[in-house]
Amino acid sequence: MELPADVKKRLTLPAEEHFYAGHTACQGCGAALGLRYVLKVYGNKTIFTIPACCSTIIAGPWPYSAFNAPLFHTAFETTGAVIGGIEAALKAKGYKVKGEDGVMVVGWAGDGGTADIGLQALSGFLERGHDGLYIMYDNEAYMNTGIQRSSSTPYGAWTTNTPGGKKRFLERKPKKKVIDIVIAHKPAYAATASVAYPEDFMRKLKKAKAIKGPSFIQLFAPCPTGWRSPTDKTIELARLAVQTAYFPLFEYENGKYKLNMPSPKKEPKPLEEYLKLQGRFKYMTKEDMEILQEWVLKEWEELKKKAEIFG
Amino acid sequence: MPKKVISGNYAAAYATKHARVEVVAAYPITPQTSIIEKIAEFIANGEVENLEYVPVESEHSAMAACIGASATGARTFTATSAQGLALMHEMLHWAAGARLPVVMVDVNRAMAPPWSVWDDQTDSLAQRDTGWLQFYAENNQEVYDGVLMAFKIGEHEKVNLPVMIIESAFILSHTYDVVDMLEQEEVDEFLPPRKPLYSLTDFDNPFSIGALGTPADYYEFRYKIAKAMEEAKKIIKEVGKEFGEKFGRDYSQMIELYKTDDADIVFMGMGSLMGTVKEAVDILRSEGYKVGAAKVRWFRPFPREELYELAKSVQGIAVLDRNFSFGQEGILFNEAKGILYNTDAKPIMKNYIVGLGGRDLTVNDVRKIANNMKKIIEKGELDKEIDWYHLKR
Repeated sequence: MELPADVKKRLTLPAEEHFYAGHTACQGCGAALGLRYVLKVYGNKTIFTIPACCSTIIAGPWPYSAFNAPLFHTAFETTGAVIGGIEAALKAKGYKVKGEDGVMVVGWAGDGGTADIGLQALSGFLERGHDGLYIMYDNEAYMNTGIQRSSSTPYGAWTTNTPGGKKRFLERKPKKKVIDIVIAHKPAYAATASVAYPEDFMRKLKKAKAIKGPSFIQLFAPCPTGWRSPTDKTIELARLAVQTAYFPLFEYENGKYKLNMPSPKKEPKPLEEYLKLQGRFKYMTKEDMEILQEWVLKEWEELKKKAEIFG
Repeated sequence: MPKKVISGNYAAAYATKHARVEVVAAYPITPQTSIIEKIAEFIANGEVENLEYVPVESEHSAMAACIGASATGARTFTATSAQGLALMHEMLHWAAGARLPVVMVDVNRAMAPPWSVWDDQTDSLAQRDTGWLQFYAENNQEVYDGVLMAFKIGEHEKVNLPVMIIESAFILSHTYDVVDMLEQEEVDEFLPPRKPLYSLTDFDNPFSIGALGTPADYYEFRYKIAKAMEEAKKIIKEVGKEFGEKFGRDYSQMIELYKTDDADIVFMGMGSLMGTVKEAVDILRSEGYKVGAAKVRWFRPFPREELYELAKSVQGIAVLDRNFSFGQEGILFNEAKGILYNTDAKPIMKNYIVGLGGRDLTVNDVRKIANNMKKIIEKGELDKEIDWYHLKR
C-alpha cells in the first residue's frame, strides 16, 4: 500500500518494508519489531546470519522467508565466525562491504547465543576486526527452547529452570554485561538500543554501516511470552527499562562513551514500576527488589562516570 | 613445473595456491600447522592474490567461517587434525547439510587421551556419517593431486558436498618426498573458478539457506545428499580419469589394485601404510607368495562395486585398520564385510588392528600377516576375527 504523501512526510521511519507479514513471531514480540527496523534501514543488499534462536522460527520454515534479503541459518555458537567468513568471501570476491552502497553483513543472535554459547565467536569477530555488525537481541532468556535462564537473565527472574516455587529457587546472578565485554575489545562501534526508541536504534544502525570495522548493538527486546507480560505492553516495558536506567541507552565510539537517554536530566524512575508489569518477577520479595534496584543504580552511576571521564 | 621435494603439508598448501582458493579460515594444531603456515607465507610474499586468510579462535569457528564464506560463493579451504576435527564435528554436518563444497585436509592424528600426535585414522573415520567425501592419500603426490581433484569433485553441480583429503601425521605431513606439481595454466584449465549453484550475494533473488525443515520435507533433503553421494562416485571416476589423461596419474579407480590379478591373499587398507604394504607385496611375491594390495582411496562414498569385483576373485582379504571402533571392530573391516554380506563373494576376511597412535607397520609385519592368512585359508577357518596384531605379550 502506497502511503499518502503528507503522511509519508511526517514519518520518522522509512516507509518501505523488507520484513514481511507472515512471519511467525508471537504477539507482541520485541525481536520481530527489531528485525523490521533493521531491514527498513539496510534494505535487501544485506546478508543476514541467524543462529539457533527465536528468529530461526520467526523467519519462516523452508521454503518460506519473511526476509527480503539473503539469510543464512547457522548453528547456535557460530554467528561471529560465520559473519567473519561471509565478510572475508565478499572481500575476496571484490564486493564493497559497508559504506553508502556497500553490502551490509549482519549477525542477528539472541542473548543465549551471544552471552553464553556464542561468546567466543563474538570475541573472535571483534578482535579480528571484521567489517560487519553483530546485533544481540536481548530478551533475557532462552525463549525459543521454552524460557530457560541465560547469563543475560536478571537477578530475581522466574524462568523454567529458575522456577520460583515454595522453596524459592530463583535466578540469583546479576545480568551479564555483554556490552562491557564487547567494549573491552575496543571495537569500532558499540551501542545499546531499544525497540521502544526506533529512531535512536535506526540512527545507530546507520552509524554501524558507515563506520569501518566491527560493530555491535545490544537491542533490548521484550518477550511477552517469556516475561509473562501483556502483549500490548512491549513498548511500555522497553521504555520503562530505559527510564529506570535498568537498560540505559548509550554508545561507544573511538574510545568515547556517549549517553543517549531520552530525558537526560531526569532521575531514573523506581525500578518497581518496571518489575510489577511482569509475571516473571512475581516471586521476588521486597528485599529481592531492593537488591536489583541497588544493582541498577550502581551500574548506572558507573556508566555515567565512564561517560564523564571518557566522554 | 619442476618436481619439488616437499612435505605432504606443503603439497597441500601448494595445491590450494594452484587451485586459487579464495578464503582460508584455520586454527593451528600439530601436525597440521605447516599447511596454514605455508599458505600465510604465500600471502606474505605476494604469491597469491584475492585470498582472504581468517585466523580464527578455534576449529569450530574455522569450519563456521568456511561455511559462511562458501555460502557467499568463495572457494574455501581449511585444515586440521584429531581434536580439532572432533571440535568441528557439528559444523561438518552443517557444511554437508547446507551443500557447501568446502575442502579440508585432515592430517590423521590419534585422539587423546593419552596425548598423541602420531598417525591414526580414528579421527577422520569418526566423521564418516557427516556427509563429507573422504579421500585417503598414500603419499605426498596424492595429497597434492587429491586437493586439486577435491575442489573439482565437490563443486560439481551434481555433488555440491564438502571433501576431506586425509594424510598421515608425520609419515606424510612432515616427510619430504618428490611431488610432481602442475603448471598454473594446467590447473586453471583443469579447475576453472567455482560456479556456485547459489550464493548469498544474490540480492535480487534473496532466499534463506538452512531454514526449518519440517517432517514433511527433512526426509527429502537427506535423500538428496544420499543421491549426491552416489552421483559423486561417477564424478570421482570421471575427474580421476581426466586427471590421468591430462597429467599422467590416473585416479579413475576408487580402490587402487596392486598385483591383485592372480592373488590369493589381498591386503586391504587406506592411507600411507599402503605404501609399506605395496613394498611388502613385491618382496613377498619374489619369495613365492601370491599376494596383492587393495588401497581404498575413497572411503566416502564407499566403492561398493569395486570391492565386490575384487572380493569375487580372491580367497582371503586381510583388512589392515589403523583405527578402531570400540565395542565393535576395525572400521574398514566392518564396512567391507557388511557390503559383501548380500553378495555371492565370500572370501575369508580377517581384521588386523595395526599402527594405532603411530606404531610402525613394517614389511616383516606384513609377511607375518601373510603367513597367518595362508594358514587360515589352508584350514578354511579363522583363528580369530579381530587381531590386535602389535600387542605386547
